[in-house]
Amino acid sequence: MRDHAMRRLLHSRVAWIVAAALAVAVVLPWWMSAYILGVLTTAYYFGVFAMSWDLLFGFAGEVNFGPTFLIGLGAYTAGLLDNALHPPIAVCVVVGALVAMLGGLLLAVPALRLRGPYFGLVTLVAVLLLRNAIIIFAGVTGGEIGMNVSDVLSIDATTNYWIGLVFLVVCGVILFGLSRSAVGLILQASGQDAIQAAALGFNVTKHKLAAFCVSALFSGLAGAMLVFYEGTVSVDTVVDIAIAVQIIIAVVLGGRRTILGAVIGAIFLILAGELLRPLGQLNTLVVAAVALAAILFFPDGLLGHALRPGRRE
Amino acid sequence: MRALQILIDGFAISSLYGLAAVGFTLLFGVSGVLNLAHGGIMVTAALVGWLAAGELGLGVYLGTLAGVLAGLVASYATYFVVVRPIQRSRAIPREETEIFVLTGTLLWGIMLQVGLAWLFTDNPVAMRPLIGGVVVLGGVRTPVNEVMIAVLSWLAIGLMWLLVNRTRAGRALLAASINPRGLVLLGFELDRIYLLVWTIYGVLAGVAGVLLASFLGVGTNSVGQLTASAFSIVVLGGLGSVSGSLVAAYIVGYLETFTAYAVAPTLRPVPALLLLVLVVYIRPQGLLGRR
Repeated sequence: MRDHAMRRLLHSRVAWIVAAALAVAVVLPWWMSAYILGVLTTAYYFGVFAMSWDLLFGFAGEVNFGPTFLIGLGAYTAGLLDNALHPPIAVCVVVGALVAMLGGLLLAVPALRLRGPYFGLVTLVAVLLLRNAIIIFAGVTGGEIGMNVSDVLSIDATTNYWIGLVFLVVCGVILFGLSRSAVGLILQASGQDAIQAAALGFNVTKHKLAAFCVSALFSGLAGAMLVFYEGTVSVDTVVDIAIAVQIIIAVVLGGRRTILGAVIGAIFLILAGELLRPLGQLNTLVVAAVALAAILFFPDGLLGHALRPGRRE
Repeated sequence: MRALQILIDGFAISSLYGLAAVGFTLLFGVSGVLNLAHGGIMVTAALVGWLAAGELGLGVYLGTLAGVLAGLVASYATYFVVVRPIQRSRAIPREETEIFVLTGTLLWGIMLQVGLAWLFTDNPVAMRPLIGGVVVLGGVRTPVNEVMIAVLSWLAIGLMWLLVNRTRAGRALLAASINPRGLVLLGFELDRIYLLVWTIYGVLAGVAGVLLASFLGVGTNSVGQLTASAFSIVVLGGLGSVSGSLVAAYIVGYLETFTAYAVAPTLRPVPALLLLVLVVYIRPQGLLGRR
């Protein structure tokens, strides 16, 4: 009972932190330059990538090395559709997200049969195959150079910032709510001990499939939105393994199995990348070193640490 | 003629793939570590070898030696800085160690890649061949170096085989891959066994890196590709199975060479990737793996 109350208190502490962060995010447009707003907007979309990944990794326990397979599917579908038929942006984004969801189902099939490293490899291969497909069909997709899309969300930095922030908040509320719901608990149980979860009468297969669909849906949505924010889509920004690695770093750094931590990690990572830009090539080195140190010394991540003090004796 | 060319080129590249993958699989078999910094270690060896052989004027042979040593040092660094602390950490739950080792070595690999790119630029470098000249094999002009690479790869693999199967320390390695707890009960120090396997791994990865540099050339941009190809060969052959990895190396090597020659060079990696997905579906334990 005391434990329960304790958690409540901590949760409310997190709630306060979130409220404060949101308040800051809301007033930022009035005193920040368009450049910084642009960086933050990217970070917000990145935050959604990271949250979607955390749902699979932290909760369903699936090491998905290929979040960019899902993101890339959404992004390229939306971009190609826009260039081919010029439907409204919303239609492109929805279609992109749905195609990404199909991709998620495609990934879920091996995930139900394979464990750990084997599944990780399949997801890695999925990314490599997508990359190759995009490069092979360079005539339509622009290959390694990428392609421009005909429409953008807005050309105004402040408007784009608002769209990004609202998108992040909406996705965050849905994903966080899902992770704290009964479904989230069952997922966590299936991730940690699938046999026991099944023995307790939960349909592990159904829940994992659902997790893949939801994760893919939000990855695809964010990927498609990013395309219309940047007005361009290329392999290096949405498909490359390097992006997948950044997402993984963001989640581990922020605290896995927390959803909100993923956002903190993502924003931290993007901002750190900008701040360290004067270091040139070395900035990736520094970011990777910080992430490695975090893994070694604070394996629960930034938020995980705040959430669970003294969880282990 | 072209068939023979594919046969010869494919053999050389496959031997090299095999050499690179054998250490990777041994490491997994004995200590359960999937080292995603593999490509980074190979490239470290290749670049140091190139630097020592060329810029420092040590010549090709001493350069090769320096490269292999660099591979060994990088391998030790991976073990002591990343893998061991994660394995011993109290804050990381047992069942998640594997995931943390994967993430940690991945980050370490990136650090190696970026650090090397900063020191050496990311231009690919090619070491001078160990032996110059050309030999005609059945009508195909083949550089002697290519033959030599195949021979050296097999020599290294053979030495490793002897070490593992015919020496006392090697047998302890095998035992550790089957039942580490039993080995501890018999009074063996697991730490020393792990150190040994990381040593063997470092030397093998170092040799593979240097040979690759003198065959195809290596740059820091190939780090990811090298890790991915070793990973997929090892999974194709069956995690932890050395002979499986060798078979898989030849399948992948020939498939890639055939595609590059007969279909299109741009499609080079695609059939091997598709085959991998297929095998993992039908036979998740790989061709010769045990579960």
